[in-house]
Amino acid sequence: MPHQLRLIRNDVAPAPTFQTGWVPTVRILKMEPKYFQAFIESLDKFGRVYAPVRRNGVLTWDTPERFEEIVLGGEHTMIPVKKLFHPMRFDMFRFDDSGFTPDYSSSEKRVIVGVPPCEIHSLLRLDEVFMERPVDPYYAQQRRDSAIIGYSCLPGENCFCRSTGTDIVEEGFDLFFVNLGEFYLVWVGSSLGHDMVLVHEDFFDDSVSHDDIKKYIAWRKKRDGMFKKSFDFRSMPDLMELSYESPIWEGFAERCLSCGQCTMVCPTCNCYNVVDVLDISSATSGRRERHWDSCMFVDYSLVAGGHNFRGARAERLKLWYTHKLRAYASEYGKPACIGCGRCVEACPVDINVLTVAEALVTMEVPAR
Amino acid sequence: MIATESVENPFQPEPARIVRQYDLIKDHRFFQIRHLDMSRAMSFTYNPGQFLMLSIPGVGEAPFSISSTPSRPGIIELGIRRTGRLTDALFRKRDNDIVFIRGPYGNGFKIDQMRGKDILIVAGGLGVIPLRSILYYVLDNRDQFGRLYFMYGARSPEEMLFKTEFFQLREREDIECLYTVDRASEGWTGEVGVVTKLFKYLPDIDPEGVNAVVCGPPVMYKFVIKELLKLKIPKNQIQMTLERRMKCGVGKCGHCVLDHLYTCIDGPVFTYWDTLHFRELI
Repeated sequence: MPHQLRLIRNDVAPAPTFQTGWVPTVRILKMEPKYFQAFIESLDKFGRVYAPVRRNGVLTWDTPERFEEIVLGGEHTMIPVKKLFHPMRFDMFRFDDSGFTPDYSSSEKRVIVGVPPCEIHSLLRLDEVFMERPVDPYYAQQRRDSAIIGYSCLPGENCFCRSTGTDIVEEGFDLFFVNLGEFYLVWVGSSLGHDMVLVHEDFFDDSVSHDDIKKYIAWRKKRDGMFKKSFDFRSMPDLMELSYESPIWEGFAERCLSCGQCTMVCPTCNCYNVVDVLDISSATSGRRERHWDSCMFVDYSLVAGGHNFRGARAERLKLWYTHKLRAYASEYGKPACIGCGRCVEACPVDINVLTVAEALVTMEVPAR
Repeated sequence: MIATESVENPFQPEPARIVRQYDLIKDHRFFQIRHLDMSRAMSFTYNPGQFLMLSIPGVGEAPFSISSTPSRPGIIELGIRRTGRLTDALFRKRDNDIVFIRGPYGNGFKIDQMRGKDILIVAGGLGVIPLRSILYYVLDNRDQFGRLYFMYGARSPEEMLFKTEFFQLREREDIECLYTVDRASEGWTGEVGVVTKLFKYLPDIDPEGVNAVVCGPPVMYKFVIKELLKLKIPKNQIQMTLERRMKCGVGKCGHCVLDHLYTCIDGPVFTYWDTLHFRELI
């Protein structure tokens, strides 16, 4: 969460055609818990509300029917919030004999409530890819149409966002709620966020006392002490580079099932495939779809004629971890891992950022 | 939260007409295409070494090297091997049929660093298709470059692409053409063996004054680069154009990633110096 008043970047999109409304944080407000529900319920004026809700036993980003359905403050959704911006499947174009017509119908005005700090970071990382020129118009529109209401959390069993420096956000939200029990501290991160506050100005109190600040500091101390998982993130780029030829990759590859679950649950995985699908009764009209793809799949780097640039599982594992722990840093300044621990939960054979990081240090593949 | 301003869709395929097409050899066809929109066709330009994404609605989209040179505007030439679903469908197209293209994409060859230098073009098999672009670019701007050596290796004389064209080039005084085949057949008087066997015919060169461009099957690079290094050509003056799976052409879909680079926007042309840093390149 925000640790101080900071200037917030207002140019998340490198392309000049897009301007975000993220402005310098004007102030930090206070809100009593009794207003929270009414405030969240008032947000539907700004778009359809999405939040973590349980569907078929799985916590997922969806539209709550009632406020009580919303699960806030710690538990991760299985699939990260990226699915609302980079959907698992959508139509890019309609096509027929005359050509391709873009289909932007999947975008809608939304207010996404309860986004944890790590996932706000993940969206900023995805911005680096999709908002880089040429801007991806599908992602950009979803991003433009969505308000982000961040919400503080306490670390779960497998969280290690403190190690990756993503436990605090300074930008990328319209409002951010820190739940201190007795009251909320609310960071206003954009002009739109301020508009939301104005709807129920009476809910908010702008006098934050010295005592309140002390409570906030105590809460942060408590939270920082709750992390059970950590690793030396900073040394990873060097270790990845030095271990490029290490036998640990073969060791992990023997175990890996190439199921791709790590990539599906990873908040910063952006790879996709494009497929044309003909309408059922037509030989000429249909839609061009975009689907999530995974670099763990054997055909990820397969080209026509049958040459596979990453036919070996070890090469594909190495690619993913290079991207998460090193390569992305060379391009954008930070590795792509945001420390959410979803790969720890998803991998059926215990290959994840923590076990790989451990192996990079010990040079041995950890026993299961 | 972001000002509502429309943005161009970089994935939008544009209609283009097949002006002419004919078989080069079995399963390898030459296509001349032109944007349907005439002003687009006339203003369309690119760098040698860039590529296009070509679509057939309902079948899919894939990257193809541009084989023509921007010094001859108005028409785009592609050399395509039939090797999958999309190319099967493309080979069923006839003159005047419509396909869809977008691009050009990628960096192209580093022409600026090649100007004033001797140029050594080394092609293996299908690799000659993108290199044909730079070959004709150099020939069309002949006074901007030094000596020109063109090495091309094919499996057999029958499998040489652009054979008539390339044999005609041998008549020219301002280019040294060196051809070889893995398996000779009757009437072949040239070299037999892999493309590296042609290096012995090169005259003495000043390695600092040479720029080499290479394209061929993945296995070829290692051997050709060894020869180029033996000649002491600086590593950043050896350019290679690479093939990878691509779904977007604009650095979004991830497939062509090499370390932190994307073949589609940071390549497809890389220097040998680049490959020393990015180990998956070749």
